[in-house]
Amino acid sequence: MNENYFALFGLSPTFNIDLTTLENRFRKVQSEAHPDRFVSGTDTEKLQSMQIATTANEAYTTLKSPALRAAYLLSLQNINAVAETNTAMPAGFLMRQMEWRETLEDAKQAGNIEMLERLLAEMRTEAKSLQTDLGKLFDEKEDLTAACETTRKLIFTDKVIADINKAIEILES
Amino acid sequence: MALLQISEPGQSAAPHQHKLAVGIDLGTTNSLVATVRSGVSNVLLDAHGHALLPSVVRYLPDGNIDVGYDAQAAQSIDPQNTIVSVKRFMGRGLKDIDVSNQPYHFVDQSNMLQVETRAGIKSPVEVSAEILKALKTRAENTLGGELVGAVITVPAYFDDAQRQATKDAARLAGLNVLRLLNEPTAAAVAYGLDNASEGIYVIYDLGGGTFDVSILKLSKGVFEVLATNGDSALGGDDFDRRIFCWILEHSKCKPVNAQDTRTLLTKAREAKEWLTDHANAQITSILSTGEVINLSLTTQQFNELTQTLVAKTLAPIKKALRDAQLCVDDIDGVVMVGGATRMPQIRLAVADFFKQTPLTNLDPDKVVALGAAIQANTLAGNKSDKDLLLLDVIPLSLGLETMGGLVEKIIPRNSTLPIARAQEFTTFKDGQTAMSIHVLQGERELVTDCRSLAQFELRGIPPLVAGAARIRVTFTVDADGLLSVSARETISNVEANITVKPSYGLSEQQILDMLKNSFGAAETDKQARALAEAKVDATGLLTAIQTALDQDGSLLSSKEKQAIKAKMNALRGLLDAGSGDAIHTATEQLNTATESFAAKRLDVIVSRALAGKNIDAVDL
Repeated sequence: MNENYFALFGLSPTFNIDLTTLENRFRKVQSEAHPDRFVSGTDTEKLQSMQIATTANEAYTTLKSPALRAAYLLSLQNINAVAETNTAMPAGFLMRQMEWRETLEDAKQAGNIEMLERLLAEMRTEAKSLQTDLGKLFDEKEDLTAACETTRKLIFTDKVIADINKAIEILES
Repeated sequence: MALLQISEPGQSAAPHQHKLAVGIDLGTTNSLVATVRSGVSNVLLDAHGHALLPSVVRYLPDGNIDVGYDAQAAQSIDPQNTIVSVKRFMGRGLKDIDVSNQPYHFVDQSNMLQVETRAGIKSPVEVSAEILKALKTRAENTLGGELVGAVITVPAYFDDAQRQATKDAARLAGLNVLRLLNEPTAAAVAYGLDNASEGIYVIYDLGGGTFDVSILKLSKGVFEVLATNGDSALGGDDFDRRIFCWILEHSKCKPVNAQDTRTLLTKAREAKEWLTDHANAQITSILSTGEVINLSLTTQQFNELTQTLVAKTLAPIKKALRDAQLCVDDIDGVVMVGGATRMPQIRLAVADFFKQTPLTNLDPDKVVALGAAIQANTLAGNKSDKDLLLLDVIPLSLGLETMGGLVEKIIPRNSTLPIARAQEFTTFKDGQTAMSIHVLQGERELVTDCRSLAQFELRGIPPLVAGAARIRVTFTVDADGLLSVSARETISNVEANITVKPSYGLSEQQILDMLKNSFGAAETDKQARALAEAKVDATGLLTAIQTALDQDGSLLSSKEKQAIKAKMNALRGLLDAGSGDAIHTATEQLNTATESFAAKRLDVIVSRALAGKNIDAVDL
């Protein structure tokens, strides 16, 4: 069974991928290999199908998310984007992330959902622009060092987005 | 038109016969069984023409057990021995349940809530098994044969303990569970296939005791759940209880006894149902104390009493939308499921929230069972085309206890199933040979706020200096949403010994004991049962391998094929005369002999799926 997530779905290992093709290929693989197709199969077939379906789910989740896809592309080149030794960040970005965190904390304290929604929109714009950068760095310039730094920025941005969503969820319930 | 298959005279056509498979909606208030006949999903009726089987079990003084309408009719006169809404107790401990307003004598035994009846202490699993047995009998009588298996539905928001309890109940009832299927997903199948729908749909499922919301993407027969949320302790029952409390308040009654509680809860339910298409309901009753109750409840009063309950269903919808990264405008349709969605205030609130009229054209009581039957028919292999595929998710995150009583998430909620995640652990002390791992389910950060699923003990770790051992623990959640755990020490490659202590539910031994009790304890019975089970397993395997050989036999050399066929013949020879043990051993041998064949087949199946599309890339 193929270990490379891109190859599993018959895709080339690039950052910019066609998400519709990815979705169709994922569905195609699951249509054939899902455990539902082997309910009356042998134990070995069930185990095999379980492994393929699990890998396909993991691969789909990874490739669907721009941040995870970028980190995965780097891992194929033996680069760990989130290694503990790999924490360098430009000072400008560090300043901005501190500001985002402060806004998040203030909004949480004030219970201000509107403020959180505004921050969320800002973070989404930031994430979009990082994704555009990643497309160029991976697919055109093939600059892995810069790609690694931008990937870390995107992972960080996604983390803030997740925390904002969580804060909104807690305030709404 | 497909050609009819006619077998050689004297040879069995068994593998191609229509297999009897059913879908079962095991509901809090009512249960149903459905099957697909001539391509159409139908609910099966009892001898009196009823589709619904009230989920009520009564243990009678003469030792018999009533299930359904008779039991329901007796609930007021024999409340302690008549179990209603048992689904609320599945996989639960005493501390999880609000025991006020419940007429039962509860016992907390083996970490699972149980009920004391005149027939002894009964676990919710045993009570549910009685309901399932009644439905199994109904199906077998109607269809005229033994069932191959059943798809049983569970609320999407059921956790691992509740799912396991449901599967155990099916096992006690002698049912082969083809799959546990989430209720909203089942409803989506019935609805989507009926209406050939495409797009993003919300299923709003308010049953007797549970609330689920699922957001699905429907496309060319694939039903992909994007997010699910809910409340496994909110349903129509709670609306009854609000009316019940209102009756007590307005009639200035003293706290009432078990019998009167049951009577008034029934009156409350009738008033709720009446208000669906009337402006006010008259509630009259004479209590055992002689007190007379005569009250009038208007629609407006009922709406005010229950508005917090209605609002409680909107919070999970918002969470599910957020998880799916969707907003109200992205939703193509909202399907209403569950008897409680007949209440006008629910329909209005949902219409208001989604800015569109919810779809109610399928009977909200039947749609889950109808969908489950369609899935059962596909899983049993009756449908040759492979159009229908359900991709469901895990409703609640799985995590592990770390230092300081905190939970570290291993598998996030709404991950598509099946899923496996591995986590590495190391030892804290020199020479440490065991460690304990605590698995939890829930979204909160503190261990005490999450549901404890199991405590695992890893033993047999080679004694090394602290931090040197690497123990890789793999958590797997299968397509039924059930968790299993395996562990391996990766430095020495020792398979660690795992002791699973489920925090709730029945142990394997308890289930075996119950099975033994229900089938009679005689040694010959046990042997006969073991032989019957071995034969079923063997026949199933022989059929599966024959199918595999017919489809992909070309993957094998003639020598390999002969080796498998020899093992198959050996097993066939034992079927008529062999002992249970001999058949079991031969089955295992056949299984082992086909391992590499299965691996080759699956590889080919996946490549074939992508064939014609960039096949070179697949072979990278």
